[in-house]
Amino acid sequence: MDSEWVIDAQGLEKSYGSGTSRFDALKGVSVQIAPGETVAIVGKSGSGKSTLMHLLALLDEPDKGSLQVAGTDAKSLSKRAVNELRNKEFGFVFQQFFLTPNRSVLDNVILPLKIAGIGVKERRGRGMEVLEQLELADKAGNKATTLSGGQKQRVVIGRALVNAPRVIFADEPTGNLDTATGAVVEDILFELNRSQGITLVIVTHDEELAARCDRQIFIRDGLVVSHAGPTHTGAHALHTPEALTTAGGAA
Amino acid sequence: MRAKDLVTTAISNTFRSKLRTTLTVLAIFVGAFTLTLTNAVGAGVSQYVDAQVGALGSPDVFIITQASDATTAGDGPVTYDPKSSASVSSQQGPPGTTTKALTDSDLTKIGETAGIVSVDPVRAVQPDYIEYGTGSQYEFSINATSAVTTADLTAGAQLDGGASDAQLVLPDTFVTPLGFASADDAVGASVSIGITDILGAKHTVQATIVGVSLESLLAAGAGANDALIAELADAQSGGIATAVTSYGVAVAHFDTTLSADAVTALKADLATQNYTARTIADQLGAVQTVINGIVGVLNAFAVIALIAAAFGIINTLLMSVQERTREIGLMKAMGMSSGKVYTLFSLEAVVIGFLGSAIGAGVAIGLGSALSAVLSQGLLSGLPGLNILLFEPASVAFVILLVMAIAFLSGTLPAQRAAKQNPIESLRYE
Repeated sequence: MDSEWVIDAQGLEKSYGSGTSRFDALKGVSVQIAPGETVAIVGKSGSGKSTLMHLLALLDEPDKGSLQVAGTDAKSLSKRAVNELRNKEFGFVFQQFFLTPNRSVLDNVILPLKIAGIGVKERRGRGMEVLEQLELADKAGNKATTLSGGQKQRVVIGRALVNAPRVIFADEPTGNLDTATGAVVEDILFELNRSQGITLVIVTHDEELAARCDRQIFIRDGLVVSHAGPTHTGAHALHTPEALTTAGGAA
Repeated sequence: MRAKDLVTTAISNTFRSKLRTTLTVLAIFVGAFTLTLTNAVGAGVSQYVDAQVGALGSPDVFIITQASDATTAGDGPVTYDPKSSASVSSQQGPPGTTTKALTDSDLTKIGETAGIVSVDPVRAVQPDYIEYGTGSQYEFSINATSAVTTADLTAGAQLDGGASDAQLVLPDTFVTPLGFASADDAVGASVSIGITDILGAKHTVQATIVGVSLESLLAAGAGANDALIAELADAQSGGIATAVTSYGVAVAHFDTTLSADAVTALKADLATQNYTARTIADQLGAVQTVINGIVGVLNAFAVIALIAAAFGIINTLLMSVQERTREIGLMKAMGMSSGKVYTLFSLEAVVIGFLGSAIGAGVAIGLGSALSAVLSQGLLSGLPGLNILLFEPASVAFVILLVMAIAFLSGTLPAQRAAKQNPIESLRYE
C-alpha cells in the first residue's frame, strides 16, 4: 500500500495577481514523489520552489494542471478531507519556527494532535515520545522562547513528527541555523527517513543539503530546469526536464 | 479540535497579552457594572412599589369618583340643582380641580351596574390624637381607604372588615412613643382615639390594635376597619345624621372572576354614567411607568457604555489576529478548519466578555449591597422597607449573558478575518 502513496503532479501552473502585476510563479511543472524517498527542490528565491511545495502539500490550489495524492485527484477532495490529509499525513518544517511563545515545548509539539481532536492523555504520551526521540524530553515544560535556535528547530521537527506523517515538507529547514546546528537538524531529518521511511520534500537553496537527498529538482523561473539523482552512485547525473516523469516514476 | 480544547485554548489565549486583555475587560467591566446596578435599582424600586400597591388596596376594588366636569370652564356657570350639585372641596382631586361629590343616589346607581358586587362610600374621619393608657397623646390620622387595603405588616394580623369590634393597624413609628416595648407587644392592646365633633365637643373612641404596619409611601396614616371608621364618623358628626350625605370617593368591589377585558368594559360602562373608576393598578400604573422610564434611561446609558466596550473588543481581537497571523496560518496549514479558527476567536471574545461582565456584576453586587445597607440607614431611612438596590439572580445572569452575546457579536469581524486567512500568505517569509 505504501508503494502506492505517490504524490503525482502534472503540468502545474500558478500565478499571482493580475494585469501588469501578474506574476507567474509556476509555468507547468510535473513532479512525482514516491514513498520513502528524499527529494530536494532547489532554486533561487523567486524561482517558484516554495510555491511548488505549497501545491504539493495541498496548501494551495494550482491554476492549471493536476495533482494526485495516493491515486486520488486533489480537486475531488472536500475541504475537510484536505484538512484531514494535511493534519494526518503531512508534517511541516518551516525556515521560521512559528512556535507559539509563552507555551511549553510540549504544548507546541502536540498542536497537530490537538487540532486532530485527540484526547489529552494520548496527546501527552505521543508528545513525550517524540520529545524523547529528539532528546528534548527534559525541556518539555520549558517555554518555547527559552530554547536555542537548534532546539527550537528540533521542537518544530517534533511538531511535524507527532502525527506520524508519511511526508514531511521542509521549507529551508536549516536557513535560520548556523552550520553546526544545521547539520544536526539535517541528520535528524535523514535519520527519520531511514528509520521510519518518512518521505522528505526539502525546499532549499543550500547545495550541500540538496546533495544529501536522493533526488534534486532544480527550478528556475517557474520551470524545472534539470533533475539530478538518484544518489546511491554518488554521482549527480543530470537529466533533462522531459526525462523527469520517467525518472520520478521509477524511483 | 474538540470543543473542550477550543474553550481552554481560547481562555489561555486571552491571557497571552495581559495588559491588553485587562484594559478591554475594564471597559466591559464599566458597562456591566452600571447595567447590573441600574437593573438592581429598577428591581429594588419596583419591589417597593409592589409592596405599596398592596398597602393601597386589593385588586378587586375600584376607587370611584365623579368624573370631573372639564367643560364648565368654557360653558360658564352651571345651574344649581340641589339633587346633584353637591360639591366637595378639592381635597380628593388633583390640585386645582374640583371634584363633585357622590351622593347616595349615585351610590345606588353604581351598585346597580352589572359586575359591581358592592359599593361603600369612603368616609373621611379626622381624629385628633391617639393615647395608650395614661401616656402622652400623639397626633394621629387614619387612612380612609384602609378597610380595603393590605398593610405591610411587621406584627399582628390584617384588619377584619366584617368584625363588629373596632380594630386598628398602627404604623410602627407609634410603637415606642406610645410606650410599647415592641411591635408584638402592641398587638392586642387597647388604645383611645380622641376626636372633635362638628360642634366642638371632644370624644374618645376605644380600639384594639390588631397589627403593626410599616409606614407606607402612598397610603399614610393608621388603618381602621369599618366598625372603627363608623364609630369615629358617628362621633365626628356629633349625632347629626344628615351631616354626611355626600362623599368624595366610593370604594366598589367588583366580581373577582371578571377578566381584564371585562374590567376595562366595566370601567367604560361606569364612565358613560359619568363616574371615574380606577383600580389600584391604574393609580400606581403612572408611578410604575415613571420608574420604568427612569430605569430604562439608566439602562440605555449602561448599554451605550457596553457598545463602546464592544469596539474595544473588536480592536483588541483585530490586533490579536494581526499579531497571530502566522500562528493562524500554521494551524490552518496543519489542518485546522476555517470554522474552528472562527470559533476559536469568537470564543476568545466571549471569554473577554464573560470576564468583564462577571467581575463587573460581582463588584456591583458587593458595592451595591454595602451602599444599599448604608443608604437604608441614612438617606433613605424615611422609606422603611425600601431596598434601593435589589440584585435578582436572574437579572444578574441576564446581564452576564447579554454582555457575552455583545462580545460574541464584536468577535465576529476579527474572527472572520482570522478564518479567512490564507495559510500561504500567513506563512510567507518577508
